[in-house]
Amino acid sequence: MSNAAIGNKTVTRQKQTSGLMRRIIKNKAIYLMILPGFVYFLIFKYIPMSGLIIAFQDYQPYLGIANSEWVGMKHFKRLFTEPMFFTILRNTLVLFAINLLFYFPVPIILALMLNEVRRAFFKRFVQTVIYIPHFMSWVIIVSISFVMLSMDRGIINELIAMLGLEKINFLMSNEWFRPMYLLQVIWREAGWGTIIYLAAMAAIDPGLYEASRIDGANRFRQMWHITLPSIRSVIIVLLILKIGDVLELGFEHIYLLLNSMNREVAEIFDTYVYTAGLRQGQFSFSTAVGFFKSIVGLILVMFANWLAKKIGEEGIY
Amino acid sequence: MVRDRSWASRLFDGLNYSTLFIIALATILPFIHVVAGSFTTVAELAQKQFVLIPTVWSLDAYRYIFSTNTVFKSLLVSTGVTLAGTLFSMLLTSLMAYGLSRKDLDGRNIIMFMVLFTMLFSGGMIPTFLVVKEMGLIDSYAALIVPTAISAFNLIIMRNFFQNLPDGLEESAKIDGCGDWGILFRIVIPLSMPAIATISLFYAVTYWNTYFQAILYLNDANKWPVQVILRQIVILASGLAADTSGMEDFVRPPEQTVKMAVIVVATLPILLVYPFLQKHFAKGALLGSIKG
Repeated sequence: MSNAAIGNKTVTRQKQTSGLMRRIIKNKAIYLMILPGFVYFLIFKYIPMSGLIIAFQDYQPYLGIANSEWVGMKHFKRLFTEPMFFTILRNTLVLFAINLLFYFPVPIILALMLNEVRRAFFKRFVQTVIYIPHFMSWVIIVSISFVMLSMDRGIINELIAMLGLEKINFLMSNEWFRPMYLLQVIWREAGWGTIIYLAAMAAIDPGLYEASRIDGANRFRQMWHITLPSIRSVIIVLLILKIGDVLELGFEHIYLLLNSMNREVAEIFDTYVYTAGLRQGQFSFSTAVGFFKSIVGLILVMFANWLAKKIGEEGIY
Repeated sequence: MVRDRSWASRLFDGLNYSTLFIIALATILPFIHVVAGSFTTVAELAQKQFVLIPTVWSLDAYRYIFSTNTVFKSLLVSTGVTLAGTLFSMLLTSLMAYGLSRKDLDGRNIIMFMVLFTMLFSGGMIPTFLVVKEMGLIDSYAALIVPTAISAFNLIIMRNFFQNLPDGLEESAKIDGCGDWGILFRIVIPLSMPAIATISLFYAVTYWNTYFQAILYLNDANKWPVQVILRQIVILASGLAADTSGMEDFVRPPEQTVKMAVIVVATLPILLVYPFLQKHFAKGALLGSIKG
């Protein structure tokens, strides 16, 4: 039996392969369209991923990856014994908590408020204005803050002085770094963040509100019992994405705020990678730091996704 | 819809409208302060701090920043990088997005997974830097464009848009003897102008705003785009660092009005395209929905 069966199988496989070949040739124009993008992802995303192996070497630029010495987990061991590691870990976790507790709810509340506005003109006006900062670079956002907060004639410090209080050196202080960071994140992103919630709210059946009003529900109860539950799954998806960003936290933003006076609270993984790696030339060690950060980020997002599915939500993949 | 007209509901509306109005005002006031400050004199700014409408108008700050080469040159660099970058990104993104929108394509899911995975995990700064260096892009304008040519997010939005075009279009074009390139350029792209406009504007804003790429890859201060110059003038010159590269022809520390004028110059192009952005982005951002 087996010979015939095997023979048959080979024939089918041959047919399948030639079918595949035919389809590929038929679609060669489409593959050609994908090719440049494919090469881009290969060179600038996947080759760097394979470049992570230098975390296990003492990489020397003049020796290249092929000839550099392999050192195993040396750099990871160093990372976990470095006193700076715990400072960075603490800073990252604190900024993450700040983000989650004080930033994440803001777009939801803003969207709830905007959703209650019935005058189309007023709604459009507010939306137009609060979306603007999202399109400004972090350099612009931070520059405007610096001009306003500066000790030397910044408007905020002039106000403080006018009230007879002592000027505050916001830009070079440990205590003011976190509030300043949070305020800038809210200023730039909260308005833009409402878009996705507003879209979800627009899809809610107006009949629900009608019915609840007949039952005597006031505006707050309607928000609480209709609007919020209707956007629950959107909130959860965005929460997962946020958790995936736990270790990102807007490096470009923090790098601008970082200075010798607030390093104690402002240094995060990426700023450390930049200083140690490109400024001081410790390529392998800083790659190990970045690698550690990426892995933890990946694990966290998978965990959050698993958790969302566990409680009966859809998750992101 | 029956409107709720109880006093409680009216009170709610009153509070809601005024809070939103205050939030909108708070968002925009810093910008107005900076624009106003840039159009007045140092003396006026020193006398009364809370300038929203200057009593003394002056172009001194602008005259000053354009009397030096630094800002003008950086604006040229930013403009060039934005135009070239947007074109390059759109070409790569739309070609790949269209290819991936074809449901009958073998290997499509593998390539999609490859793209999505880069959103969750990356090689990070140092390995990417080494690749850019290996390719000889250090100190070239291409370093601001090529390493970030495709945003996975924009790619997915475009693919979803192409996917939602009616299937019949392609089939009838094929029957009329149109090849794949013909379908893309004569049918799909003309029908997708809203999506293309949106994504182009997103790319353009990103290129205009780019600064860290320049710090990473351009050692030559003569090649810096305006965002880096802005950072040098405002942030570093706030007494936080001694690095003054790229601003040799500036009086240090720069006056407050000068800083404000540079902020305005770096912001203006975005404010100019903002009305167009606004017309499209709500649509565009939702085209793909966040699930991709």
